[in-house]
Amino acid sequence: MSAETQGKQQLSYIPLDRTGLARKVAADIPEGWVVNLGIGVPTLVADYVPADREVIFHSENGVLGIGPKPPEDQIERWLINAGKQYVTLRSGGSYFHHADSFAMIRGGHLDLCVLGAFEVSETGDIANWTTLSTEIAPAVGGAMDLAVGAQRLWVVMEHVTKDGRPRLVQKCSYPLTAPQAVKRVYTNLAIFDITQDGFKLLDMVTGLTLTELQAVTEGRIIC
Amino acid sequence: MINKIVRSVAEALDGVRDGALVLVGGFGAVGQSNQLLEGLIETGVRDLTIVANNAGYGNVGLARLLKLERVSKIICSFPRIAGSTTFEELYKANKIALELVPQGTLAERIRAAGAGIPAFYTATGVGTELAKGKKSAEFDGKTYLLETALKGDIALIEAWKADRWGNLTYRQSGRNFNPIMATAARTTIVQSQHIAELGELDPETIVTPGIFVERVVHIPHGDPQG
Repeated sequence: MSAETQGKQQLSYIPLDRTGLARKVAADIPEGWVVNLGIGVPTLVADYVPADREVIFHSENGVLGIGPKPPEDQIERWLINAGKQYVTLRSGGSYFHHADSFAMIRGGHLDLCVLGAFEVSETGDIANWTTLSTEIAPAVGGAMDLAVGAQRLWVVMEHVTKDGRPRLVQKCSYPLTAPQAVKRVYTNLAIFDITQDGFKLLDMVTGLTLTELQAVTEGRIIC
Repeated sequence: MINKIVRSVAEALDGVRDGALVLVGGFGAVGQSNQLLEGLIETGVRDLTIVANNAGYGNVGLARLLKLERVSKIICSFPRIAGSTTFEELYKANKIALELVPQGTLAERIRAAGAGIPAFYTATGVGTELAKGKKSAEFDGKTYLLETALKGDIALIEAWKADRWGNLTYRQSGRNFNPIMATAARTTIVQSQHIAELGELDPETIVTPGIFVERVVHIPHGDPQG
């Protein structure tokens, strides 16, 4: 039975939504880490780190110590994050130029980067910057720098594509952002560490069986 | 008396020629030298190579320069214009060349040019499509790509405060690429929101020392547009 036909029957489990995924990632970030969050679900992670846990958020465009989103009437037009959203600066925060910002990234000063992706391979290759569409020019931003520079790279993504194909694969079909870079993957179904032996299962949603999970995962799952 | 402050945008841009390589500061709508870019359009120069993180913002400045087809090539990490399809149209019609560069490599190529470093090695891009045609070398068992410096004929910079020696400060995330681009061009041209008396800027807070700046024009345009 394909993943798609299974999906049309009543599921015995509930996949995590975007908020649920962001909460899972946030729960695993300890106090004291300096963290860069990519665009999309990764950006939401900051909202679920408790205010009393000091985690320092970095943004490529020269901001360290990003605080919560400002209320509409307190927007500071000169203060944005890499996703071009208005943000605030926490006490202790600082501004710097792009070369310093990427010295922090490439020099290994960030404890963690969380990115979205199209695919992750069982050897930790990540593909997240171009689908090879001829309609849209490719855009890479800071993803390649972050993938090789941060101490750890975690990926957050849906477990399968819109048409039900696995995103956890043996070999990426899209161009790589970086080879052998990902340490951990959070999907809407499960959490894995990338190990020499394959995708090591750390957690999965209640009610999901290992057989069901393996059916929508191309690489080898180990427990 | 040293005085780098000029009276108009036209005076600031005097001598810019066709085919110039232009470094354009800014990230998103913030720190964009829009009034200098509008002035550049007025001069009529074309066949420009632009170095910028994005392909402009909205319908002004760099985005308008692109739309008018004055740019033959863009060197860029994220070639998008928020709220506009101008770049996509030019790209699909083959009317512009794109050199896609990872953002940190872009910043470092500019920094290197300003520091007199012709090339450097980086791990960014190893094993990807963007490594094609680049030399590589191993250091301590790890592979790195050779990347070359990116020097501009002119840099168009937006600052918060400037004095007549060209010392500059910036505002919040308006700093971005501006200070490194200021170091990396033969002629660095600044539009500044405020003009300070010499000695008024605290030496501890000057981000760009005036040595890197040739011309300053006072443009109190207010908050970023976008």
